[in-house]
Amino acid sequence: MENMKRFKKLSIAVATVTALGFAAAVKAQMVKIDGSSTVYPISEAVAEEFQKAKKGKIKVTVGISGTGGGFKKFCRGETDISDASRPILEMEMKACAEAGIKYIELPVAYDALTVVINPKNTWIREFKVEELKKMWEPAAQGKITRWSQVNPSWPDAPLKLFGAGSDSGTFDYFTDAINGKEKASRGDYTASEDDNVLVQGVSRDVNAIGYFGLAYYVENKDKLKAVPIVNKGSTKAVSPGIETVMDGTYQPLARPIFIYVSEKAMARPEVKEFVEFYLRQGAKLSKEVGYVPLGKQHYELALKNFKAGKLGTGFGGKAEVGVKLDDLLRREAKL
Amino acid sequence: MSDATAVKVREIRALIARHKRWDIVFGTIGVLSLMIGVLTFTVLFLDMLIDGAPRLTWDFLTSFPSRKPGQAGILSAWVGSTMVMIVTICAAVPLGVGAGVYLEEYAPKNWMTDLIEINVTNLAGVPSIVYGLLALGLFVYQFGLGQSVLTAGLTLALLILPVIIVATREAIRSIPAAIREGSYALGATKWQTAAYHIIPYSLPGILTGVIIGLARAIGETAPIITVGALTFIAFLPPAPLQAEPPFISFEWLLSGFTVMPIQMFNWTSRPEAAFQSNAAAAGVVLLVMTLSMNALAIYIRYRLRKNIKW
Repeated sequence: MENMKRFKKLSIAVATVTALGFAAAVKAQMVKIDGSSTVYPISEAVAEEFQKAKKGKIKVTVGISGTGGGFKKFCRGETDISDASRPILEMEMKACAEAGIKYIELPVAYDALTVVINPKNTWIREFKVEELKKMWEPAAQGKITRWSQVNPSWPDAPLKLFGAGSDSGTFDYFTDAINGKEKASRGDYTASEDDNVLVQGVSRDVNAIGYFGLAYYVENKDKLKAVPIVNKGSTKAVSPGIETVMDGTYQPLARPIFIYVSEKAMARPEVKEFVEFYLRQGAKLSKEVGYVPLGKQHYELALKNFKAGKLGTGFGGKAEVGVKLDDLLRREAKL
Repeated sequence: MSDATAVKVREIRALIARHKRWDIVFGTIGVLSLMIGVLTFTVLFLDMLIDGAPRLTWDFLTSFPSRKPGQAGILSAWVGSTMVMIVTICAAVPLGVGAGVYLEEYAPKNWMTDLIEINVTNLAGVPSIVYGLLALGLFVYQFGLGQSVLTAGLTLALLILPVIIVATREAIRSIPAAIREGSYALGATKWQTAAYHIIPYSLPGILTGVIIGLARAIGETAPIITVGALTFIAFLPPAPLQAEPPFISFEWLLSGFTVMPIQMFNWTSRPEAAFQSNAAAAGVVLLVMTLSMNALAIYIRYRLRKNIKW
C-alpha cells in the first residue's frame, strides 16, 4: 500500500513538472533543411561551418528525405530550405502554390555522373552516348548481354552492368540524359542505392561497366577507370573532371543541383544569413566534399537573385538535360 | 539365461544404442546450428571492430557529425538514441504490461477477446515502416507532436508493444494457479491479486520481453526516417535538468534528433573510405549500447527473481 501512495504522489509531481517544462520552452534561432541525399554533403558542410562561424548561436539541422520527400515537407511549410538534385516539378509547384509557399531556386554546385570500367579493360577508350543508350535502354533488357553486341569491334565478352537503384536521383538523371526518358532503363543489371557497392562490383570484374557520382570515382581512382564521353552531335570525347564540368563541355552527364529557399523563411535574419553564407562558401565547401563548384560568376548571380528576391523556378516544372547556368539564372522565373 | 532372453536383451541393447546414436546426431546438429549463428555474429563483430577500432576514441563519442571523417563523431546520435529509448520504455512498458494483465486476468473469455488476441499477436509481424507511416499521420500531423524525440519514442513504443504484451501474458501464464487461487481464497480482489502477486511474480518474464523489444527498437531506421529524424544535427536537445526553476525541462521531448542507425547508414553511403571506419565504430558503440541496456535488464531480472519465494 505504501508503494501505491508513493506512486500516486510521484505521478502527480511528474505531471505538474511536465506542464511547467513545456511552458518554459523558448524558440531558438533555427534553420531547417531537408531533401536530397545528393545535396546533403554540401548542406552538411555549410551547416557545420556556419554554426562554427556563429559560435552555435544559430542552429542548423539537415535531414535526408530525398528530393521528392523534401519538397513535400517544404510545400507544407515544415522546412526553410529544401535540398534538390533536380528542379522542382510541376506537381510540386502546384502543391506549393496551393499552400501559399513561394520560393527562390538557387544552384549550389554541379553533380557529375561518371561512367566507369575496370582498369584491366583494354578495349574501351571512350563511349558515345548512343553506345551507352544501346546498353542501358529498356529494349536492351535480356538482349544486349555481350560487349560485341553494342559495338562489333569490341570483344565477345559478357557485359556486366552496375547502376543506380531506381529510387535515386542519380538513376533519374542518367536515364533522362542517356535514354531520353526519366526512369526508362533496363532492369536486368546489378542495382544499388549504395554507390560503394557499385564501386566494389566494377573494380572486381574486367567486363563490368557502371555509373555513379563523380565523388565516388575520385575516391576510388586506383580501382576504376573513368571513360570519356562523346555527346550526341559531337566528335570530341570529354573526360569527367572539375574543369570539363565547369566549362560545360562534359555533357550530358553533368547537372546543377539546387537549394530552394522559402520566401517566408527568408524574412528571418538567420535564414537570410545562412543562405548568403551558403552561396559565398559554396565553391570552397562543395569542392571539399567531392562536388564540382559552379563558376564564380554563377554564385554571384545567384546571390544577386537571392537579394533581389527573384521568386520561382527557371525550369517551368520539367527537368532539363544540358542546361546552361548563365542562361538559367537570367531566365524569367515561374512559381 | 535362455537363448530367447539373450536375443531379446541384445535387441534391446541395439535399440538403446540406436537411440543413443540419434542423441549424438541431434546434439551435433544442435551445436552446428548454434555455431552458425554465433560464428557469423563473431566474424561480423570482429570485422566491424577491426574496421572501427582506430576511431573508437573519447573524441568520437563527444563530437558532432562533420564533413571531415577524422573529426566526425556520434554525440548527437547516441544522445538521440538514448532519449528515444527512454521515451519508448516509459510508453511501451506500462501500456504493454497493462494490456497483458487485462487480457489474462480481467478480459471475459469470448470472441471479442479472441479477436483482440489474434490481432495483437499478428501486430508483432507488421513491417516497421507501416508503424512509421501510421505515426507520421497520427503523431506528427494529427497530434501535432512534430518531428521530435517524443514522436520517435512513441512510434517505437507502438512497434514493440505487441512483443511486450505477448511476453507479459506468457509470464503470467507460467505462474502456478495455486497462487492466484490462494490470493482469492483470502478475499483479495482481482486488482490486489494482480498488484501483489501476478505482476511481481511475472516481472522477470516481462523484462525478457522488454529486452527483446528494446533490442529491436534501438536498431530500427525505417520508421524513424519516416517520422522525420534528421541526419545532421550539431547541437543537443535542451538538458532535462536545469539550473533555474522549474529545474526540470521537458523541452527535449519536442526537439529534433537523430539516432545511431541513421548516422551509420549515412556514413556507409559516403564516398570517402574513412567514413566507413566511422560507420563501423558507430556500429560497435550501438552494439555496446544494446548490450548494456540488456545487461541492466538482466540484472534487474536477477534481483527480482531472488525475491520470489516459491
